[in-house]
Amino acid sequence: MGVIRTEELLLNVGPQHPSTHGVFRIIVKLDGEIITEATPVMGYLHRGTEKLAESLNYTQIIPYTDRMDYVSAMTNNYVLVHAVEKMMGLRVPERAEFLRLIVMELQRIASHLVWWGTYLLDIGALSPFLYAFNDRERILQLFNELCGARLTYNYMRVGGVKWDAPEGWIDKVKAFVKSMYGKLDDYHALVSGNEIFLSRIKGVGAYDAETAIAYGLSGANLRSTGVKWDLRKNEPYSLYDRFEFDVPVGRNGDCYDRYVVRMEEIRQSLRILEQALEQFPPEGETMGKVPRVIRPPAGEIYVRIESPRGEIGCYIVSTGKAEPYRLKFRRPSFVNLQILPKLLVGESMTNLVTILGGIDIVLGEVDC
Amino acid sequence: MSEEERKRPGEPEDDVSAASAGEQRTGTLEDGVSAANIGERRSGAPEDGGSAVSAGEKRTEAGAAATGAGTPRPKAAETAADGARTEPAAPARRKETEEEKAARRKAALEAREAAKAAKAAAAAQDAAAQAGSPGAAQAGPQAASPGAASAGPAGAAAETNEPPPKPPSPNQPRLDRAVQLLRELVADDAVESASINEANDHLPTLVVRKERWLQAARLFRSHEELNANYLRNVTGVDYETHMEVVYHLLSLDSGHNYAIKVRTDRDRPSVPSVTTVWETANWNEREIYDLLGIDFPGHPDLRRIMMPDDWEGHPLRKDYVPLDPEV
Repeated sequence: MGVIRTEELLLNVGPQHPSTHGVFRIIVKLDGEIITEATPVMGYLHRGTEKLAESLNYTQIIPYTDRMDYVSAMTNNYVLVHAVEKMMGLRVPERAEFLRLIVMELQRIASHLVWWGTYLLDIGALSPFLYAFNDRERILQLFNELCGARLTYNYMRVGGVKWDAPEGWIDKVKAFVKSMYGKLDDYHALVSGNEIFLSRIKGVGAYDAETAIAYGLSGANLRSTGVKWDLRKNEPYSLYDRFEFDVPVGRNGDCYDRYVVRMEEIRQSLRILEQALEQFPPEGETMGKVPRVIRPPAGEIYVRIESPRGEIGCYIVSTGKAEPYRLKFRRPSFVNLQILPKLLVGESMTNLVTILGGIDIVLGEVDC
Repeated sequence: MSEEERKRPGEPEDDVSAASAGEQRTGTLEDGVSAANIGERRSGAPEDGGSAVSAGEKRTEAGAAATGAGTPRPKAAETAADGARTEPAAPARRKETEEEKAARRKAALEAREAAKAAKAAAAAQDAAAQAGSPGAAQAGPQAASPGAASAGPAGAAAETNEPPPKPPSPNQPRLDRAVQLLRELVADDAVESASINEANDHLPTLVVRKERWLQAARLFRSHEELNANYLRNVTGVDYETHMEVVYHLLSLDSGHNYAIKVRTDRDRPSVPSVTTVWETANWNEREIYDLLGIDFPGHPDLRRIMMPDDWEGHPLRKDYVPLDPEV
């Protein structure tokens, strides 16, 4: 037996691969099982939303935002209408703002549930996925009752919301929130202490706060390193400054901390929901006074809100016309994904899926 | 017989869809807007846009009036739907009346605008009078809320009342300081202009000379007073006369925001890369290169990121013409 000849292996993962959460491709160079280089390739879902927006009026753009981060369409709706409202100095009726906040927090829970289920599926646990989608389904049902859609809601409008809450809807949300606390405990009992799970994610894909900031990470990806930065707290928008909630942070910046932060965020969202549902105004307008044709004054604005994935921003350049001159979305998935090649170098091939899943991307948003 | 049979089950369905389509069109104001644009597309000619929009406007107005007068909604919806259905049948005739309508509409609009301006002036005067009284700050429900006392209402207040003696922006000192630092530590000519973007929470906005941008970026990143360690967003804008790259910076420690603009000419657009300062810039610059064709000298890996590698042209440019018009 002579010496075994070894050479580097170039391996293509994706674009159609279940663990890439969409059409995402990554070319990895392998030395044995260890990744020496990783090159992400994307754009398969690029639809030119920003270009299309330049020939649409603002109300027409709202459905396009649904299709960016399709797991969290409500927050996408909000960032656009919020930007336009701010530009025009519009006042949104309180009831509408409450409805927006409630759906955004429900959406955060739904989004984190999708992440939780699929992440465990990536790692090899099938049943959590079924639990997660069961509970997420209840949120989608609530949305369906509210606006007639399960995923692409097109619910918010400049100046308010399209539909008022139907009779009894608020009580249904209350019942959901109440039961979700117990479900969350079940999830922890089912997964969080599992030794195999912990050995797969503890210490994997770790980075420090300085790196996270340099890469512009946001959301749980940033908070897992201990940076307490949540736009709902630090740059409050909507009605978030009225409610009490904590910003969970991690310490080690690894996949485990990101897991813990996201799970805790579900609990904090439930807390916000409890308070919001309690204070929900029994009656009132759901649409503010809005001009017939929405023409923001000439100028520019950048607004940002905390989406389940991090900072989603909207930059509008208006020339005073009904269509934006330039509309740019700062998509958290796109920015967060940038750190992936750096994290993968030196890791084993099995950890690729763990790390990618831990970042929590939605390809519709990466490619926009 | 069979035809009739086929028709009958189809009828209610048709009605439902027509009603819902009509409802969408007449339902609320902003849907009227979208209807207007549908109209615009149908009439085809882009230069006709203004008149088409106003025609759409009229239609919603009629719808709103009908619902306001207590007419059952489906009826109004039906008429609107009918209108929509006949629309493509007689485009030529419609266009004529449309132009007439547009002229009338324009006159009405101008009158309304004038009235509005007068009203706004009166409101501004009122607001100015109120600003002095202590109760004015608590007028809005937002201001009454416990934590909202910080940026939000203050910005809103500054926006709504714009009396001639404008109060200086709370961020003016920060802007002045940033300009001063750039002039002292980078170069005298580093800053082309500086302003406060009031609508955007009084965002300090600086236009930095292209040649000085890399140095200025380093200063923003490392100077302890500015400490802008977080690059939020990078946007490229094609202004037709020139190109502009906008950087939104944030200091995570102080929570201070800055917007930096770097301008470049349109024929050979190029802005120095700041990937060495903020890693975030890497993919953002690639995206801008891909979609707008701005070169970023110093970028480690400047290639397309969204479009295929062999794509011709840069789609977000205002003069972009697709190679294959079918696509």
